[in-house]
Parts: sequence; structure tokens; C-alpha cells
Amino acid sequence: MRSKVILRVLICVIVFVLLFICLQRLLMPKYTREAEEGRLTAEYYGSDKNHDVLFIGDCEVYENISPVTLWREYGISSYVRGSPQQLIWHSYYMLEDALRYETPKIVVFNVLSMKYGEPQNEAYNRLALDGMRLSSTKINAIKASMKSEESLMSYIFPILRFHSRWNELNSDDLKYMFCSPPQLSVAGYLMRVDCRPLKTDPPVGHQLMDYSFADICWEYLEKIRTLCEENGAKLVLMKAPTVAPYWYAEWDSQIVEYANKHGLAYYNFLNSVAEIGIDYTADTYDEGQHLNVWGAEKLSSFFGKELASLGAPDRRGEADYEQSWAKLCERYDEVKQYQQDILEQTGTITGFPVPD
Amino acid sequence: MGFVSVWFLLFCAAAVLLYYVLPKKWQWPLLLTASCAFYASYDLRYFGFIAVTTVSVYFAACKISQLRAKQNAYLQEHPELGKDEKKAYKAKTKKKTWAWLITCLLLNFGILFALKYINFFIGNINAIISIFIESKIPTFDKLLLPLGISYYTFKTAGYIIDVYFGRYEAERNIFKVALFTSFFPTLLNGPIDRFPLTAPTLFSEHSWDEKRARFALQRILWGYFKKVVIADRLVVAVIAIVSDPEKYPGVMVAFGALLYAAELYCDFTGGIDITIGVANLFGVEVSENFLRPFFSKNIAEYWRRWHITLGTWFKDYTFYPLCTAKPVMKLTKFAKNKFGAGAAKRVPIYVASIVLWFCTGAWHGASWNFILWGMGNCFVILVSQELTPLYKRFHAKHPDIDNKWYYKTMCIVRTNAIMCCLRLFDCYKDVPTTFKAFGSMFTKPSFNMLNGTTLLDLGLTAADYAIAFAGILLIFAVSMIQRRGSVREMIDKKGFAFRLAVFALLFAVIIVFGAYGLGYDSNSFIYSKF
Amino acid sequence: MDKIIEMLLQLHPDLDVECDSLVDDGILNSIDVVTLVTEIFNEFDVTVPASEIVPENFNSASAIWEMVSSLMDE
Repeated sequence: MRSKVILRVLICVIVFVLLFICLQRLLMPKYTREAEEGRLTAEYYGSDKNHDVLFIGDCEVYENISPVTLWREYGISSYVRGSPQQLIWHSYYMLEDALRYETPKIVVFNVLSMKYGEPQNEAYNRLALDGMRLSSTKINAIKASMKSEESLMSYIFPILRFHSRWNELNSDDLKYMFCSPPQLSVAGYLMRVDCRPLKTDPPVGHQLMDYSFADICWEYLEKIRTLCEENGAKLVLMKAPTVAPYWYAEWDSQIVEYANKHGLAYYNFLNSVAEIGIDYTADTYDEGQHLNVWGAEKLSSFFGKELASLGAPDRRGEADYEQSWAKLCERYDEVKQYQQDILEQTGTITGFPVPD
Repeated sequence: MGFVSVWFLLFCAAAVLLYYVLPKKWQWPLLLTASCAFYASYDLRYFGFIAVTTVSVYFAACKISQLRAKQNAYLQEHPELGKDEKKAYKAKTKKKTWAWLITCLLLNFGILFALKYINFFIGNINAIISIFIESKIPTFDKLLLPLGISYYTFKTAGYIIDVYFGRYEAERNIFKVALFTSFFPTLLNGPIDRFPLTAPTLFSEHSWDEKRARFALQRILWGYFKKVVIADRLVVAVIAIVSDPEKYPGVMVAFGALLYAAELYCDFTGGIDITIGVANLFGVEVSENFLRPFFSKNIAEYWRRWHITLGTWFKDYTFYPLCTAKPVMKLTKFAKNKFGAGAAKRVPIYVASIVLWFCTGAWHGASWNFILWGMGNCFVILVSQELTPLYKRFHAKHPDIDNKWYYKTMCIVRTNAIMCCLRLFDCYKDVPTTFKAFGSMFTKPSFNMLNGTTLLDLGLTAADYAIAFAGILLIFAVSMIQRRGSVREMIDKKGFAFRLAVFALLFAVIIVFGAYGLGYDSNSFIYSKF
Repeated sequence: MDKIIEMLLQLHPDLDVECDSLVDDGILNSIDVVTLVTEIFNEFDVTVPASEIVPENFNSASAIWEMVSSLMDE
């Protein structure tokens, strides 16, 4: 009798928990038809975690830096932990999260997000954080990122946030309920092969009232620097060579000053556009905001030299590296070919199409 | 933490687990600890108020009990005393106990008045004196309104009055009084419990009982369904309608009143279902607060079935004492001599009803809206009381009509229509707006407004309406079945698999279709602001 | 006792005088109870204190009578 009762209670608990998990899986956005960047954070966990260089930042890294190029030309093993409009506290916790799995030799932070002192939009918190594995890092990341109307519980149980998606469910929600959709990025890089040239001169920003970065940004930059130091990683700062959003000289000088003070390398690639060989009429797919694959390859090829000189080792010839990168190179070429075919057939590319 | 939060669920789960794992003698102290923690999670400053209430009520009740015990002992020791001497001695004791009772009640209702009504009071005085002079008495801003103060003040007042009446002895353990005052499931929305009803289960030891726990969980689910799926969904449209009476006149007022009826019912009964369910998880019995009120055939019956514990409280501690108070009795006598028996009979009823409904109105909120709402109820009840002879004659002519379905339905519809109109007071922001909105139902009915475009303009999608409508149908169906007995018992008889399927489905519906989370503000139960 | 029954019948002509759950069954409502209290006051000159107004004292004619007689004794 007693064991029967226990059995029944157990069955109930299992049924309710399973039901909850299934509903949650079903209703979570799969980011297959829109906001595909939402898949980036989770994809990191599927990579072979043997990266010597780790990039953190927003679209200025994940659309402009191609790790495959770094590998092919310099034997550098790298990964881009990017997410759309990644704010500096996101970046910090992305790094902290990655450090739970591996210790890179170089960490590259793209400084554009220094301009944002507060969360801009709840959606970007979701895109950055929902894919992260549950850990104390994730909890801290959530607490640091939440806007006042959000709640911690809705990150731990995302169904609390996404349950109202029931009237926008589509076949992908069923299809990818228990398995992930095809790999979107190649080592964190999102590729676009099309081109929409910048036809005018690069835009110039309006004058601002105040050029100083928010205190919180400096605080997190400092935290990133100390975290790197503690883990024996070299922090490198970069600013991608994209023309919008506008990067003010006043901002740049503050970063230069900070880099000098702490002996950090800082590359503002806006200053080396000609040297890199970037042509805004050919190497961008949205008039200079993001580079396309051709631009990204040029930038990576240029940056790779610097990274190598900063101590990123050449891993070519090491069996396990060769093995993991061979797969990634293959995927890279596959995606590139796939997008070129689409471009040829339809003339346009939307989102980040990848073959299954 | 409100009921609609994961923290509350986790909190309850942890409390229940400890409750049955720890030695049984720790059970009620654990509940007290949990209640304190629950209270503290809102605002630590609230603590002072509930502590003052607890200590004062405990102390005064003990004192009253002691005085009475002393009196009884004295009377027993002195059987030789004559009737008049006994009476005199009793009167002396009564005077003392009365003093304790009044001091305690004045203190506690004083706190309630000071926190809840002082600004309303000052506002009215200002309105009066502004006729004569220009100056104004400043009102207080940022007054603290401790969580559940209306509920626990009434609950403890009932307790001490009963002790004074000699209905039961005072509780000698202050911590038990504290638990009775602050039992956490009842803090947010009542019920206003009676001590002798709750106490036996609140302080006794309980073993885990599978069926009791199952029923409790089922009730909690049902409460969340009403609250989260229906009430919190409809509230958006209700607010849209009542906050813009110019834009939504006539038929939209009526539509708003209907939505509000459904919302209020689902919100309040849902909250009570959760309260009772959580209490039952601990083996504690608390009073039922609703008995399918929308099936009432007249307003008096409605008030015996809606917010039952509040109605009983006012009946026992306001209505009856007032009816039997000496001045009222004198007035009755006077009326009898002057105007005859018919008038005399009405005196206590009228006096007590008016006071009762004034207080009931004020209990719901410190504004003229609520007071007029109370008086409206009073008016309808007294009028129907006066019409009793008419009804009797009508029934004499049609002896069987009470059992006819169409007559019953007519009565129910009429009662609900009146209640919906009265409830307009508690929707619109002030009295003139309410009257204007009510009047617009006749002056500009605007029937053409009841179309898809207007309805979708209220902040609900077609899917929202569909879900709310289906939910209300379900509640209606369950209520119909309930008239024949407990629905949970019926489901139970169908076996384990059926039961599991039904409640798993309900669970899924709540999770998926609930109007909670970002974009919905479901953190405040309507009835917790009182 | 007969007076009490008379009062009850005046309130509800079709009332079953043997019934012992007048309040519990909702036959007497609060207004009826107060009417009874007033009538008792007029008839017997006893004030029924609020503390005595509990369902048990009004559930049947005999219960009411018992209460009234004990109040008269005091």
C-alpha cells in the first residue's frame, strides 16, 4: 500500500516535470526564422574548447572576424563569443563562462559597447543569455543585465517569459524541440557573402554633449582586465573597421589612454582601412555597418599577423587541432558555397542562411 | 512575493517539506516562522504594526478571560449572595472587561483608521471648511499600509469580541495568537477567519495525508487557473474601458461591468482557492469565502454567498450589537409609542443596516465611491425587505413559481444585473464619473460600438477573448456540477490516470495561456489592496 | 413558548414549528433574527445581548424560549 502511494506520487511528479520541460522546449524561441543570432551563445558549448584566442563583443566581432581565416593563414585556434548588441557586462560574463571550460592565451574585446551605459532592450538580454548554460556565472550575468521589469526566474524557467508564443508556434518549434537547428556559425562567425556597397562618404556622427563613457562600463572593462590577468590571458582591445555606429575620436582617445595606462594592445582598425585593404564598395553587405565575408577575411588576415606577434601559437600540425579545424574549414566553405548559390539564384540574401 | 510568483511556490514547497519532515511538535512554530518570513519579504516596517495588534489583542483577551474567571470563582465561593448582589458583582466585572475590550479595539481600529482613512477624512474636512475659509489641513503622503491590515485587524477584533462575549477562553500562548493573526496564506486576501474554527487545526499536529494534499494541490491549480488565465487577462480590457468613459459609453459600460464581474470573481475566488489550498497542504482548515455567489436570487442572498467571512463578521459584530444596543432599543420603544409596532420593528434594522453598509463600503476603500456602493447595496436590500408583502402576495397567487426554471433564472439575472450596476462604483475613478457612465447606458447606448474593432482596441486579441470565454464557460460548468457535490471527489472516483490527465492538462493550460510575465502585470490581487 | 411560535409564524406563515435548524437552513435571516429580538424586547421586556445572538439560540422555537427564560431569570 505504502509503496503504491509512493509510486503514484512519483509518477505524478515525473509527469508534471516532463510536461513542464516539453512545454518549455516547445515554446522557447528556436531563432530559425528570425533573430538567428539568438543561437550563437549556445553554439559555443558544441565547439572543441581548445581556443588560444577568444573574441568577445557584439556584431563587430561575430560578423567581422573569421576564425577560419586565422587558422588557415596563421594556425591560430580562435572562437568568437559574440551576441547581438552585446553590452560590456554581457561580454564580461561570456568571458567568465568560457573560462569555466578553457583558458585562452589572448582575449580580444571590441570596445564599441563602451558607449552603452545601460541595457537597451530586453530582447538582447534574451539573445545573449538564454543560450548560456545554467551556472553561477549565468545567474550573475542575469542579475547584471536585467531591466527593472524582468525577473530572474523567467531566465531560469524561460517558459515564464515565452509562454505567450503559443499563437506564433511554427513547424520549426516542433522540429527543433529536442535537437538544435543546424550549426549557424563557424567558430562563432556569422557569414554573409553578398554586397551592398557604401555609396557615399562614411557618415559622421553628430556632436555629443558628453563624450565620457559611463562609470559602469569602465568598471566592467576593469573587471575584464583583472579577470584576464588572473587567468594569465593577454587582453587586447580592438575597434572594428565599420563606419556605423560612428566611433568618435573623443571616445578613441579615452581607450588609447586606458590601454597605455595598463600596457594593453589596442587596435583601432578604422585607422588602418587602407592597409587592411577594405573597400567599402565591395566588402560590406549593408553599406559599411558590417563586413561581408570578403571584408572579414581581409580583416582577419591583417589582425592574425598582429595576434601571432602577440603570442598566439601556430597549431598547424598538431593532430587534435588539425582534426577540429578541418571540420570547421569544411563547414565554412560549405556555407560560403551555399550562400553564393542562393545569391546567384535569387539575387539577395536575408538572414544568415546555412545548409542543413 | 504575491501568489503569482515562482518564489511563492518555492516558498510553499520548502515550508511543506519542512512541515512534514520536522518533528510534529515543531509544526505550528514552523508556520509562525514561515508567516514572519513571508511578511518580512514585503517590508520589514510592516512588522511593527502586526506585532502591536498581536500583543495588544493577546494581552487584552487574557485579561478579559482572567477577570471572568475571577468572577466565576468568586460567585462559586459565595453561593449565599442574593440575586441583586450577584448582578451587581457581575456588572462590575463587565465594566472592567468592557474597558479592556474597548481600549484594545480603539487601539487597533485606530491604527487601521490612521493608516487607511486619515487622508480621506482630512480631504473631506478640507472640502467642508473650504466653504468658509481658504486654508487647508495638509494630508499625509507616503503612509504605510501594512499588508493585509484590513484582514488581520478584523480577524483579531472578532477574536477579542468573542472572548468578551464569553464564547470561548482566551489563548494563553502569545505565539499561537501571533500565528492566528499572521498565518501567511490568509494575509493577502483573507478569509477573515474565526479563531475556534481555525485554531484546532492550526495548532494541532498533522501527518501527511495523500488525499488531503492531492485535493489541496488541485484546488491551488484551480485557483491559479481562475486568477492567471482569466482575471489577469480580462483586467486589461476592464481598465481600458473604465479609464476612458468618454470613449466607451453606453453599451461599453455594460460590457465593462460584465467583464469586471468575471474578473473580480476569478481574481478573488482564485486567490481564496489558493489560500485554502495552501492552508490545507499544512492540514489547516480555513473558512470558505464563496458559495457560487452568481447563482443568488436576491442581493441579501448574494451577500451570504460572496465574501462570506466579511459578511458574517459585520453581521455578528456590527449588525447584531447595534440592533440590541441600548440607545437603539430606547429608540425602538419610542417609535412604538409614537408610530406603532410597524415602525418600531424597522428602527433597529434600518439603523443597523445603514451603519453596516457604510462600514462595509468603507472597508473596501477609503473613498466616496465605495461608501456609495455600500449604501446602494443597503438601499436595494431594504427596498426588497419592504416589498416582502408584495412578493408574498405574488407567491400566493403563483404557488409553484419558485421551482420554475424561468423564474429562478429571471431572479438570478436580475440580481446579477443589479450587482453589476452597483459595482460600477468600484470601477470608475470617482462618483460623478460613475453616474455619468451609468447614465450613458440610457442616454447614448451606442450599440454599434460593440463590434470587433472596438473590442480589439481594448488591449485583448481575439485569441484572448476566446480563451477568457472558454475559461468562463468551464468555470460555469464546474459550478453547475458543484451543486451536486464536490467536483474533486467526482474526478477522484474516475481513477488515477484520469485524474492525472485532467490536472496535467489544467497545469499546461495555466502555464501556456496564463496572462503573466513580461507585458502582463499580475502581481497584485485586487483584494490585497484593501 | 406559544408567544415565540406566534412570532415565528408571523414572520413566516408556512414555517415548520418543529424545525430545529431555522438559522442553519437559512429559513431565518439576520433581519428575521433582529425582528425576533425586537419582538422579544416588546413582549417580555428582555434585551437579548449581542453575545447571545448565535445560531444555536435561534435554531428552534424551544431554543429561543430557553434563551429568553434564562435571560429573564438573571
